[in-house]
Amino acid sequence: MFTPKSGKIVKVGIAQMDVAKSPDTIRTSGLGSCVGVVLYDETKKIAGLVHVMLPDSSLSRTETINTAKFADTGVKALLDKLLIEGAQKYRLKAKIAGGAQMFQFSSAKEMMRIGPRNVEAVKKVLNELGIPLIAEDTGGNSGRTIEFDPATSKLMIRTVNQGVSEI
Amino acid sequence: MRHPDINSLHLDILKEIGNIGAAHAATALSNLLNKKIEMRVPKAEMITFNEMVEMMGGAERVVVGIYLRIEGDLEGSMFFILPIEQANRFIQHLIHEEHFDFRTNASDLGMSAMQEMGNILSGSYLSAMSDFLNLNIYPTVPGLSIDMFGAIISIGLIEISQVSDYVIMIDTSILEEGLENTEMKGHFLLLPSPESFDVIFKALGVV
Repeated sequence: MFTPKSGKIVKVGIAQMDVAKSPDTIRTSGLGSCVGVVLYDETKKIAGLVHVMLPDSSLSRTETINTAKFADTGVKALLDKLLIEGAQKYRLKAKIAGGAQMFQFSSAKEMMRIGPRNVEAVKKVLNELGIPLIAEDTGGNSGRTIEFDPATSKLMIRTVNQGVSEI
Repeated sequence: MRHPDINSLHLDILKEIGNIGAAHAATALSNLLNKKIEMRVPKAEMITFNEMVEMMGGAERVVVGIYLRIEGDLEGSMFFILPIEQANRFIQHLIHEEHFDFRTNASDLGMSAMQEMGNILSGSYLSAMSDFLNLNIYPTVPGLSIDMFGAIISIGLIEISQVSDYVIMIDTSILEEGLENTEMKGHFLLLPSPESFDVIFKALGVV
């Protein structure tokens, strides 16, 4: 018998983060140069997702910052949120996707390389926090929509040109 | 951070820039295609990144996007966004290839025609704007991408996101005559860098 999925989809916008527990899933749409970082606890079946725009909060020129916008502050803030929700730090693992270069330019300004820089920055902070990176789908020049299912620990990735894959 | 100094007068001025720029671009498009192109009243709004994405039909909506950077006295990003069906119609008409389709059957000629169309339209938009403001503005060579709107627009939000969580979007939509009441609208989106607003208002004698 067909059983519809019982959970709802928690949606995360640009420079936002949120947490989902099984049977819910968590999704962010239209990642370009931004990176979607998923931290998950397989035992507790809980996952957090942050949609990072920029590599480093030192790039910010404002006094108060939206922590979810930057790789360094965003991943840490997501970790804190997950710990409050009952995840165990030693069990946390990461999957990431995004960091594309949507347009090719000959005069490659540093700002145009923001996708690869975001990916590097996310890996650096995961490393500092001791959270293992289990899988990634990064780079290239396609936009991605990603959805993580805390029940299975699978990250579904949809692109316009290559269809759907799972990591 | 919002831009606290931007009031409704400022937004009206930005609307006028969208009006002048897009009117010239629409005329250029009309000449290029030999079709009547209508323009909608421009909008200038200060909104969050996510509100902007929702206004344009959502992050996952697949569009044809032309992007270029503006440099010179002003800095910022400019996008020409077309629904796929509309872009198909324009390119089919322009290169006389009935079956051209950005999703399945995109010939090199058609891709190159789209790039060139972006070049011509953004060039006429920006030169009209440059004349109006009496400022030097240099567009970079445009890039072309057929992908999700959220992914395409993010490159224009990166620079702004360093200083603000809000974007001031100058949006002018255009459409083919006879296609009213459809979703076939194209958009010229201008996203000036936050520093550029002072330059614009000073150039017009508004403080």
